[in-house]
Amino acid sequence: MDIFSIAGAAYLVAALLFILSLAGLSKHETASQGWLYGVAGMALALVATVIQVADAGTTTAVLVLVVAVAIGAVVGLWRAKVVEMTGMPELIALLHSFVGLAAVLIGWNGHLEAAAGHIHGGAIHSAEVFIGVFIGAVTFTGSIVAFLKLSARIKSAPLMLPGKNLINIGALVVFAVLTVVYIINPTLPLLIAVTVVALALGWHLVASIGGGDMPVVVSMLNSYSGWAAAASGFLLSNDLLIVTGALVGSSGAYLSYIMCKAMNRSFISVIAGGFGIEAGPSGDVDYGEHREINAEDTAELLAGASSVVITPGYGMAVAQAQYPVAELTRILRDKGVDVRFGIHPVAGRLPGHMNVLLAEAKVPYDIVLEMDEINDDLAETDVVLVIGANDTVNPAAAEDPGSPIAGMPVLRVWEAKNVVVFKRSMAAGYAGVQNPLFFRDNSQMLFGDAKAKVDEIVAALARVPA
Amino acid sequence: MLIGVTRETKPGETRVAATPATVKQLTGLGYDVVIEGGAGEASSFTDEAYAEAGARIGTAAEAWGADLVFRVNAPSIGEVELLKSGATLVAPLAPAQSGELLDALAARKVDAFAMDAVPRISRAQSMDILSSQANIAGYRAVVEAAHHFGRFFTGQVTAAGKVPPAKVLVAGAGVAGLAAIGAASSLGAIVRATDPRPEVADQVKSLGGEYLKVEVEVEKSTDGYAKATSEAYDQRAAEIYSEQAQDVDIIVTTALIPGRPAPKLITAADVASMKPGSVIVDMAAAMGGNVEGTVKDEVVTTPNGVTIIGYTDLPARLPAQSSQLYGTNLVNLMKLVTPEKDGVLALDLEDQVQRGLTVVHDGGVLWPPPPVQVSAAPAAAPAEVSTGSTTETKKPLSSGAKLALVGTGALALFLLNAVAPAEITRHFTVLTLSVVIGFYVIGHVHHALHTPLMSVTNAISGIVVVGALLQLTVADNVVLVLAGIATLLASINIFGGFAVTRRMLSMFRKA
Repeated sequence: MDIFSIAGAAYLVAALLFILSLAGLSKHETASQGWLYGVAGMALALVATVIQVADAGTTTAVLVLVVAVAIGAVVGLWRAKVVEMTGMPELIALLHSFVGLAAVLIGWNGHLEAAAGHIHGGAIHSAEVFIGVFIGAVTFTGSIVAFLKLSARIKSAPLMLPGKNLINIGALVVFAVLTVVYIINPTLPLLIAVTVVALALGWHLVASIGGGDMPVVVSMLNSYSGWAAAASGFLLSNDLLIVTGALVGSSGAYLSYIMCKAMNRSFISVIAGGFGIEAGPSGDVDYGEHREINAEDTAELLAGASSVVITPGYGMAVAQAQYPVAELTRILRDKGVDVRFGIHPVAGRLPGHMNVLLAEAKVPYDIVLEMDEINDDLAETDVVLVIGANDTVNPAAAEDPGSPIAGMPVLRVWEAKNVVVFKRSMAAGYAGVQNPLFFRDNSQMLFGDAKAKVDEIVAALARVPA
Repeated sequence: MLIGVTRETKPGETRVAATPATVKQLTGLGYDVVIEGGAGEASSFTDEAYAEAGARIGTAAEAWGADLVFRVNAPSIGEVELLKSGATLVAPLAPAQSGELLDALAARKVDAFAMDAVPRISRAQSMDILSSQANIAGYRAVVEAAHHFGRFFTGQVTAAGKVPPAKVLVAGAGVAGLAAIGAASSLGAIVRATDPRPEVADQVKSLGGEYLKVEVEVEKSTDGYAKATSEAYDQRAAEIYSEQAQDVDIIVTTALIPGRPAPKLITAADVASMKPGSVIVDMAAAMGGNVEGTVKDEVVTTPNGVTIIGYTDLPARLPAQSSQLYGTNLVNLMKLVTPEKDGVLALDLEDQVQRGLTVVHDGGVLWPPPPVQVSAAPAAAPAEVSTGSTTETKKPLSSGAKLALVGTGALALFLLNAVAPAEITRHFTVLTLSVVIGFYVIGHVHHALHTPLMSVTNAISGIVVVGALLQLTVADNVVLVLAGIATLLASINIFGGFAVTRRMLSMFRKA
């Protein structure tokens, strides 16, 4: 029993704890427990590693370790404390980029170590360095672009370079060629070249994807960051990294798959990007005229209803309307109205984003239902409030085979007796598709800022005697 | 431009074509409004209220002499002389029956909007006075019936004995019929309804009524109005009415066919078979009545004690309500013809709605308009097409293809590991098994926890810190710096990811 075998044993236990952590997160009841497992696993792995460093490294190394971890801890805890729940997608994208960059640096170190003769290089080692750097760099710039788009620092419209698919495929071919050359003769310029190619590819990949596809992008980047960690694990012959990377990689891939299924599209088509543009105006159909309603009348409608379903979308997050919505929910529930939420899988900019926002505003999670859980009840519902959602409640997806979003599963809100749509204007949704829902006989439009309007409804409801 | 609102001259008319609320909206569109003094009196709208809303109170001549004249009833031929040449008249004109009036208006070079000729399409619903007034009439019909009916509508069990609920039959489930069904069922009565259009069954049900289907084939209505029905249908319907007459306490009839006398639905024999004390409200009395024995504008009682109400002014019996809705219909029309909100009438005869209701223009009679297809007519099931084409475009992989795909993947993995050194094979084993475990574990995650899951995996992927830490032991300054940076970044991930997950999880709470 030496320090390495102890570390190895600790890593095994840590890997198991991580698996338990993810398993715990699958249910509300065990989620906190799952979190605890994750923290325990991480602590165990860190302690085991730090002991190794303290044993083998110089004082400088230990000093760097302590300082780096301390700064990282302070920054990380501070960001986690101040982040707005609406800003979750940005934070997570940014965190992904850190993993990517860390993987790139580890790869570079792998090269430098071999070049300096500290460790034995060889073909396998070279390939591992290259692949690790490539995945890490793609993750890094991809996450940075996603972060910039999500925080509205750059426009979220997809970048449309001519021959964008060729650019992507070209980058992969260049990567393959460089890998072969590097395996034969590992030199620094090649490593710089592949880093640049990968950074450019990551940038371009995400830049060509529009804002509405961000749930897929974020979970895809989550997956990449996992594979980047796994690649580092190969490079360092560290099973814990491989196991953890694979867990994260498959979780991201699975979430991406759920999102894509919810949009009725293949993963490739999302990654290829540019969906909203090709859709364009699908014929100038006269849908008739929409009807408007004001906050007062909406309040009356709600007070007279026995069942209400609220379907929020990204617009609710943008308007920060989750608090008044929660207040509205509370008032209506106190009046004996059955209020529930219907969440489309791709609502928001992050998988599960709406759930987090509603939870933040103290909406009980057991009235927040998934699309499949609520869809069949919508026909029996008195009033549906569509707050900041558009494409996810578009009847064209179910009824118009010529629509660009045909076949996408949507919340069938139009089957309800009354639909009130909160919207800023009559503009089309992300997909650029007109929404016939607005012109249905049973739907009415409530124009304006979602937060202000919900506030008005809450105020009006307070005046209506219970 | 100036809008004139005149006092209604028809005897018994209590409504007015604008209320203080609609005056405000009209001035908002850029119009000036002059109200004939006392025009709103019968609807409980005072001149002061109008003046406060921004209208001028004027004489009859001023109101009639405006650029646009709003009326609740069509003017008499004599009153046409009061309109100035080039003016526009807005009123229900019954264009199909009043050729003479239209000619007189054309001769006087007065444009006319017939409010009862608004096409029945969804877009024009907001200005459809027939709907808005019929709704009121239907409600009032039930109130009148209740007034004459000597019992409760609702059933009760009291200490003084059990009261059965009243049974109400509503003939015709148009706007008026539906309003009557709603009013009667909310009073607690058992409501049944008939209508030749089977597609209204759901609407009847939604208001608490029971739809009595007449089992005969009929063609579908394409213009939103009921059509005259076939003989076989009439025969079966008559049987239903006879059966129902013996059973129900109250009958409200609403059957009207545009431009024709009202169909006779309830025969004298049916009336005679009703229980004493029963009430019939014949809402079609103006067009001759659906009931044999109806006297227009009067209440008659048959020898067997059945009261037949033949009022034709039901909306006028709720004057404030009717005026408000009628006035709003007119405001919606003005919104349509005043797109610039500058108080100038900009008529667009290319527009289906405007063409439909413009019956006199530039000295010519434009009635009847070209036919309009109604959006409410059932469209040929498009849903079926959609399922067909989606299966075409997105074919799921056949089981053969799936098997081939899995086979290729397995083979590639096999070959890679067979040629790779033992070290790599060991790593691949770990990787592959972990991926499989990951899919199984994550596949069961509750949808609400996707974001916490993502932030926890994010924190966990900070495990690359282990790699960076181990590289700190290498005696090379460049490596040391790079590894230090990597350590810092990964630490942010670990601490930030776990902390934010904790924050989110603590927010989720059960009801």
